[in-house]
Amino acid sequence: MSYREQYEMVCGVETHVEMATKTKIFCGCSTEFGQGQNTQVCPGCLGLPGTLPVLNREAVNLAIKAGLALNCKIAEFTKFDRKNYFYPDLSKNYQTSQFDRPICENGWLEINVAGEKKRIGITRAHMEEDAGKLVHSGETITTSNSSGVDYNRAGMPLLEIVSEPDMRTVDEVVAYLEGLIQVMEYAGISDCKLEQGSVRFDINVSLRKRGSKEFGTRTETKNLNSFSSVRRCLEYEIERQAELLESGEEVIQETRTWDEGKGVTLSLRSKEDAPDYRYFPEPNLPPILIDKEWVEKIKATMPELPMAKRERLESLGLSEYDAVVLTATKAMGDYFDQALEKFDDAKTLANWMMGDLSALLKTNLCSFADSPVAPQQLATLLTLIQKGNISGKIAKTVLEEIYNTGKNPEIIIKEKGLAQISDECQLEKIVLEVISSNPKSVSDYQAGKKNAIGFLVGQVMKATKGQANPGLVNKLLKERLSKE
Amino acid sequence: MKHVAHLARLKLNEAEIDLYTLQMNSILEYAARLQYIDTSNIEPTTHAVQLYNVMRDDEVKVSLPQNQVLANAPEAEDGFFQVPRIV
Repeated sequence: MSYREQYEMVCGVETHVEMATKTKIFCGCSTEFGQGQNTQVCPGCLGLPGTLPVLNREAVNLAIKAGLALNCKIAEFTKFDRKNYFYPDLSKNYQTSQFDRPICENGWLEINVAGEKKRIGITRAHMEEDAGKLVHSGETITTSNSSGVDYNRAGMPLLEIVSEPDMRTVDEVVAYLEGLIQVMEYAGISDCKLEQGSVRFDINVSLRKRGSKEFGTRTETKNLNSFSSVRRCLEYEIERQAELLESGEEVIQETRTWDEGKGVTLSLRSKEDAPDYRYFPEPNLPPILIDKEWVEKIKATMPELPMAKRERLESLGLSEYDAVVLTATKAMGDYFDQALEKFDDAKTLANWMMGDLSALLKTNLCSFADSPVAPQQLATLLTLIQKGNISGKIAKTVLEEIYNTGKNPEIIIKEKGLAQISDECQLEKIVLEVISSNPKSVSDYQAGKKNAIGFLVGQVMKATKGQANPGLVNKLLKERLSKE
Repeated sequence: MKHVAHLARLKLNEAEIDLYTLQMNSILEYAARLQYIDTSNIEPTTHAVQLYNVMRDDEVKVSLPQNQVLANAPEAEDGFFQVPRIV
């Protein structure tokens, strides 16, 4: 019997989201990504004596917005605290964070795993400054000889979102993370560029016998930055903990690190070595009072969130699956809405976006955010099919042409002579030719094999390079064949 | 005392540990007198000054040039502060 059947996983996640402000949380240094090391640093970032932090209002606005998007209660009183520890990524030997009075508490996020909806509790979300970046000389943190420190990232505004231990399967965890990132992206809290480290996850996981009410001993694996790492890390931790429990050993409560190359988690420090952070209120930053007006002002700027958007798309007649795919990224969702303004058949639009256009984008390693086919161009193309100007098959060719040249569909159709032939006289001539050169199919049809007409339609389409109006060809053929 | 010394990365000898244990205890005892004050009707105080919502606009200011950032670094290489092995 596999471990999976005997044990149930319990998982909670702490997510660090870099908020999309122009400047750091406590100073005016730029937050732009990818600049030269130690070039976005001021005396405050270096913790030099005499420097004082001043809170960035926009960071607070975004934190409130994130809290509202996650159905949290926004604190009327919130403050910053010092979290004290020695590590070279902190120049001040403490991180300015929030301890007992976080800005957001008690929220939830709805996830959907294979049609099953579930609410994952959000315990809290608090503001803090990011630490600097360490570049280790060895392959991993445990084998390095020395490290380089870049303080550009020190002081970037983070929101740490702590979930309840509500997740029971790996799929639920991934659905939560995807859902959380979607909400952050839609609400404009963060650019959510995982590959740039804008979002990092700490995974708390324990096992318990199925049916048991008590939680087992958990481990925390820090600093994962992709869904695939989270998935692999969880699979590994579940296996590792199950093996320990099966052999009668105990899981040690500890902090672990994920080795991406080897695909294993490694112990960083046990609970006994857990740092004593000695939190205390940050005296240099006055507390913040958030009144109803402030919250209402932020609420008024809240765009449509993924869940509401999915509901709206379903109300347009799209399936739940379509709605999920179309809202997966904000860019795709926006693209759909912009195209829908000019072309109102939602299902056809969805099919083209999810089918041909997605395939084109994927082959060229593009996304809807930088699609060479503008939403208005797709809408025009689909309108031309709807009006019978071009066939669906020709439209695929035209779509590729738009993709490659950026030209508008009408121009491509004109230049390449791709317009559908709906001229009866012109088609009649071709129909007669096809009938006279295919006596076998004609006699088959007249002998009662009605599907023989398909072959004849195909021949007309071939003769017109796919440009004949198929409905009209069908009609003309039937008329002719019944006369003869 | 040893724990506190370790947290502050201080290396103390036995005589210093004895001395500072005594001094630390008297500080703690003195501070413990605050526990006798009735605070049941008082909001928790986090800051000594009654000041709230001091914030700035999200406007970029000029950062230091890299050579000035690294001017006080005991060791630097390639624009990074260099530190010994950490874990």
